[in-house]
Amino acid sequence: MKKLGLLLAATIVFIFAAQPVAAQEQRINSSWTVATVSGQGQPRGYVEYQKYCSVCHSEGVGKPGTMALQAKYKGAVPALLEKRTDLTAALVKTYVRNGITVMPFFRKTEISDAELDAIAAYLTRNNKQ
Amino acid sequence: MRVPPGVTPGDFADAIKQFEAAVGKDWVFTSDEDVDLYRDSYSPFWHEDEEPIPSAAVAPDGVEQVQAVVKIANAHKIPLWTISTGKNLGYGGSAPLLGGSVMLDLKRMDRIIEVNEKNHYALVEPGVSYFDLYRYIQEKGLKVWIDPADPGWGSPIGNAVDRGGGRTPMRDHFDAHCGMEIVLANGDIMRTGMGALPGSKTWQQYRYGFGPYVDGMFSQSNFGVVTKMGFWLFPEPEAYLTGTVTVAKHDDLIPMVATLAYLMNSGIVTGTTSVGSPLTFARQDPALAALYAKPGGPSTQELEQYAQGKNVGYWSIELPFYGPAKVVAAQWEHAKEKFSAIAGVKFQEGATRRFPMDPKDLQQFPTSVAVGIPNLSVFGVGGARSEGHVWFSPIIPMTGEAVIEAQQVFADAYREMGMAMGPLFFLGPTSNYPRCFLVLFGFPIEHDVEKNKKNRENFKHLIRVAAEHGWGEYRTHTAFMETVMDTYSFNNHALLRFHETVKDAVDPNGTLSPGKCGIWPKHLRKARA
Repeated sequence: MKKLGLLLAATIVFIFAAQPVAAQEQRINSSWTVATVSGQGQPRGYVEYQKYCSVCHSEGVGKPGTMALQAKYKGAVPALLEKRTDLTAALVKTYVRNGITVMPFFRKTEISDAELDAIAAYLTRNNKQ
Repeated sequence: MRVPPGVTPGDFADAIKQFEAAVGKDWVFTSDEDVDLYRDSYSPFWHEDEEPIPSAAVAPDGVEQVQAVVKIANAHKIPLWTISTGKNLGYGGSAPLLGGSVMLDLKRMDRIIEVNEKNHYALVEPGVSYFDLYRYIQEKGLKVWIDPADPGWGSPIGNAVDRGGGRTPMRDHFDAHCGMEIVLANGDIMRTGMGALPGSKTWQQYRYGFGPYVDGMFSQSNFGVVTKMGFWLFPEPEAYLTGTVTVAKHDDLIPMVATLAYLMNSGIVTGTTSVGSPLTFARQDPALAALYAKPGGPSTQELEQYAQGKNVGYWSIELPFYGPAKVVAAQWEHAKEKFSAIAGVKFQEGATRRFPMDPKDLQQFPTSVAVGIPNLSVFGVGGARSEGHVWFSPIIPMTGEAVIEAQQVFADAYREMGMAMGPLFFLGPTSNYPRCFLVLFGFPIEHDVEKNKKNRENFKHLIRVAAEHGWGEYRTHTAFMETVMDTYSFNNHALLRFHETVKDAVDPNGTLSPGKCGIWPKHLRKARA
């Protein structure tokens, strides 16, 4: 009986997978990305950075964070935050919780303290000890 | 601890305990450090006592918790200010209008309840962002488009109830909604349209239900807290084609916009476009810069001569077309036929995009909101040193005459105020809404008290100048809501008096978002002159 139940459940899953007509209630792991961030084998900070920061601070067109840092430092330090080796965890947290120029500050319902700790650790991973 | 106005510290402490019991201690914020994160990043009141700073924030995780929070606030006469994702930057951000309000932060309510590919709709909670909804649709492989606002971290619900706009055929976001769930000030829960019928099968398919249609009363209002909302989605089209129309002379704008209005009102052009000018983008040319530097600026004739000499045209419009490839090609051909009545008109066809789009193409497509893909590239608009902005955003008729008149009126007003403005608008006029143009002026925010004070005065002056010419704002920053509402004054403010009658009936204690759009509860209402 248990096996039959599993079989039925598998069939139902198959039918829904094959015919994506109406997708039902799902909690969203909220982020500002157009694709799900795959973080396999990556530190948590990498994942959180891709979820919350990369939309403005990554390579490519239309990235206001990278553009602003390029304009500010004119290449003296990398415009890409992930390539910086001079950031401190305290500085990263200050910018996220206080904002800077057009970048707003972020509430704890958006980026939690634990997520911010992970982002700060990620952005300081390459610093010389 | 900060305390809401008119509430004793003891009552507030009691309410906080009850909020904690309702949503969990972790989701009630009372320290200055946490609550300051609810200030407006682009506040025009930086470093001034006038800045409305909240007293606390509560973040419920479901409609039952919203009901509980609203009941507690109502019982203690505590003002709440509701935010969804809290990213309404330029229009108030995540801050209240009334200092000391408790923020009702709905970010944790991030459930996507349904996305239906067969009838093309979604039902979501307020904490869902455009990014979230887009990603969900992609993960499920559903052939539907969302219509994001320019900043993709906004909430479809928050943006729609503030009557924001986008760019695709579903660009009028409030118009694209179908069905709401609302928590009222007494904690009661109500569903609108077909949602009022228990077990309804058409909540997201037929808007009106039965009896008076009340959904509009929960947009730009403080009559309830919207906890669910349905949206019609656009079936993924086969193709997207853009074609640019350029005309040579200043006065060509009149037949040009008349043709655009015909094409839009006929359903041939169904997306957002804007009237632009190659002369805006040619300012780095020293010859043009010298013309603009002349006292009083260049004459129309001089600009026409410059445009002719450089062969760039005076005005241009990029038309978007959505649909089957053969249809969009035919629509563009028809548009060209219509515009060909203007002597000297030129056409340039852009690339046709096919869907689903190759991710490699997507990377190079910064204006992707036009094809339903959210991003944040709009934050580059003010330049690298910008500290934020507020938007002055009047609605004008969709006619060339109105554009020319508005250009003259606002240029004169800017000159009078001693502010720099080019000969053309900052952004727009754009067709985010049917049958009219939206004009957007960005006012810079600075961490300079005197400059912000002056900018606020100028902003209010522009509101009044616009109203004198019959143009009203479609939406505004919390700092200017009263001033804007004051211009909607037909018959001794009959509309506002009606809103106040409703407010007194549905929220007699003034719990929900006091002051929103100039609607104050009775005990905070000023005597009208």
